[in-house]
Amino acid sequence: MKIFAGFIGFIALVLTGFMLLTAGWERPPVVTEQSGYRGTGMLEVINPRVDPVALQAQLDQVPESQPLGPDVGPRARDVYQNVQVLGDLSVVRFNRVMQSMTNWLYPEEGCAGCHNLNNLAEDSVYTKLVSRRMVQMTRTINSEWDSHVGATGVTCYTCHRGNNVPQYTWFNADEDPGSGMLGWTGNGQNRANEQVGLTSMDADPFTDLIEDTGKIRVGGKTVLPQSDVASSSIQDTEKTYSLMMHMSTALDVNCTYCHNSRNFGTWTSSTPQRVTAWHGINMAQVLNTEYVAPLSSVLPEHRLGPTGEGQKINCQTCHQGVAKPLGGLEMAKNYPSLQGEAGSAEASIAEQDAEALAILESLDNGQSSAAGDG
Amino acid sequence: MLQVENTNIFTRAQVHGPADYGTPLPKGRFPRIGTPFKSYWLGKIGDAQVGPIYLGHYGFISLVCGFIAIEIIGLNMWASVGWDPVEFVRQLPWLALEPPSPEYGLSLPPLNEGGWWLLAGFFLTASIFFWWMRIYTRARDLGLGSHVAWAFAAAIWLYLVLGFIRPIAMGSWSEAVPFGIFPHLDWTAAFSIRYGNLFYNPFHMLSIAFLYGSVLLFAMHGGTVMATSRFGAEREIEQAFDRGTAFERGALFWRWTMGFCANAESIHRWAWWFAVLTPLTGGIGILLTGTVVENWYLWGMQHGLVPPYPETGVIDPAMAPAQGGGQ
Repeated sequence: MKIFAGFIGFIALVLTGFMLLTAGWERPPVVTEQSGYRGTGMLEVINPRVDPVALQAQLDQVPESQPLGPDVGPRARDVYQNVQVLGDLSVVRFNRVMQSMTNWLYPEEGCAGCHNLNNLAEDSVYTKLVSRRMVQMTRTINSEWDSHVGATGVTCYTCHRGNNVPQYTWFNADEDPGSGMLGWTGNGQNRANEQVGLTSMDADPFTDLIEDTGKIRVGGKTVLPQSDVASSSIQDTEKTYSLMMHMSTALDVNCTYCHNSRNFGTWTSSTPQRVTAWHGINMAQVLNTEYVAPLSSVLPEHRLGPTGEGQKINCQTCHQGVAKPLGGLEMAKNYPSLQGEAGSAEASIAEQDAEALAILESLDNGQSSAAGDG
Repeated sequence: MLQVENTNIFTRAQVHGPADYGTPLPKGRFPRIGTPFKSYWLGKIGDAQVGPIYLGHYGFISLVCGFIAIEIIGLNMWASVGWDPVEFVRQLPWLALEPPSPEYGLSLPPLNEGGWWLLAGFFLTASIFFWWMRIYTRARDLGLGSHVAWAFAAAIWLYLVLGFIRPIAMGSWSEAVPFGIFPHLDWTAAFSIRYGNLFYNPFHMLSIAFLYGSVLLFAMHGGTVMATSRFGAEREIEQAFDRGTAFERGALFWRWTMGFCANAESIHRWAWWFAVLTPLTGGIGILLTGTVVENWYLWGMQHGLVPPYPETGVIDPAMAPAQGGGQ
């Protein structure tokens, strides 16, 4: 009996050692919330000691937003030179957005983060060119992608969080150079990669799947094999799986947040969140190809990745480990100027302007219907 | 009073006599290697005598082929981290030697794009085959039946289906499993997802049933023998012909518990077949996947195997009428 007890004790010790010394363990109990039909394992797992604390830590960092100033007086583009976006704003509102952007991106550097302080109008600093395009991108997200961002919308802070460059981005992976005769890894697989949940699968599923979303659906679509239908390989499948691990990590959710895992491909057993995520993947594709990638030409050498392109965005860029970025904090509603149409900075958005006025009920200047703010 | 003599997990009585060298070998055989010695601690969990070992031609060739395969795999893994010894150890569970990409089909790829995988697979398979020959000839030379060799062959069948037969049936080496610790697990998960969930594959179900059945039988048999060993139950073969009190009591235990009992001979047949059928059925299930059935979930739906649950009302947005912002 003594030996038996010692044996059990040894096993317990080993298991405890594993628990303490390996990453990613959280002590029980965790809370599970049923999110689908009974008995199907559709559950969300929440650790009440970790998850709310992590979110609160993010919320504590959010800079306070200043009150929206009056939309009266001369327009920013008439007062300042070379104002290509946000020029429709009143000078007060324009300066407020500039100050907010400084707090969001350059709390240390201040205006010098994007401007030549001797001539603020000059386009000599590359970050100013990037910022201008990013403002347009933000407006595109808020005006055209409510299928993904809903009424919550986004601001610069959603991704930047006080950093010049968002903390979570990705570079196109270089073609696998191998090492001559040996060591081919099948294009960058088989490393412990945090972007894809520490699996050994493709470290860069983004180049192929976020930039070309048509290849994501790999599961068999028919009962029997069809000779006339292009078949997805195991390698294609691992790439999609890799992307899904990235999404799971980025949102801190299980597979069952979107899928019924008995068949990942079936939409009729999926949750509504999967539709939101589908729009999100498309959004990331459009934003990368239309806004982020073309900026590579203005970026300095040290901002470029191995393929000569700049950093790009994925789910983690905004979500940062939370299913709804910043817990669904509605920052964007305080910035009507970030909600206009992207293409023309001068377009009048009466609806959002009215919304801005509602926030400032005390102001009634009678000019709002004529003057767009963004 | 609790009797504890047979709850010991170690061998109770060790025999330490003169070493057993075995019968003389026929002419032309490799000699048996090593001077036998007695180990008290190994005697705790098995026979106290260690060695000699008979390697023979087959064993020697098998070890050489196995060494070549492990070298090819290990050197490729090491090269993939730029020959950094620290990274090699740190990343070892993630490292792999990958099969060729799909574009090569069944043709021969360059060495560093899957050619090494084919070579490693060839030598590993050769090593396994020669080891099988060794097991078969050892059994025959000792005048035994070939049961162990055929049980091993069942496992080789599953190995060959995964890495050789099914890839050929699918027309691409890329369908095969990579050599690597996590990579082969990721392959397994991806394989199931690609073909619509392997749990709905009836042969996968059979394989699991036999696997769990093997575990159950092993526990029942081992438990029965240990529980009756105070009456001499470990002398199983004698008791098959002349049932002593140990086997009488074991048989009564199961007859009174579940109405039916195996006998000292048949229980081993049960265990052997359950073990052998695990990889046999599993291999059939793998072989049918992608070649005969494209999506096991849809197949299960069609044949009433999968219970339909209430739909969530979600529809494929790619099929839905265009909404704002959608593609």
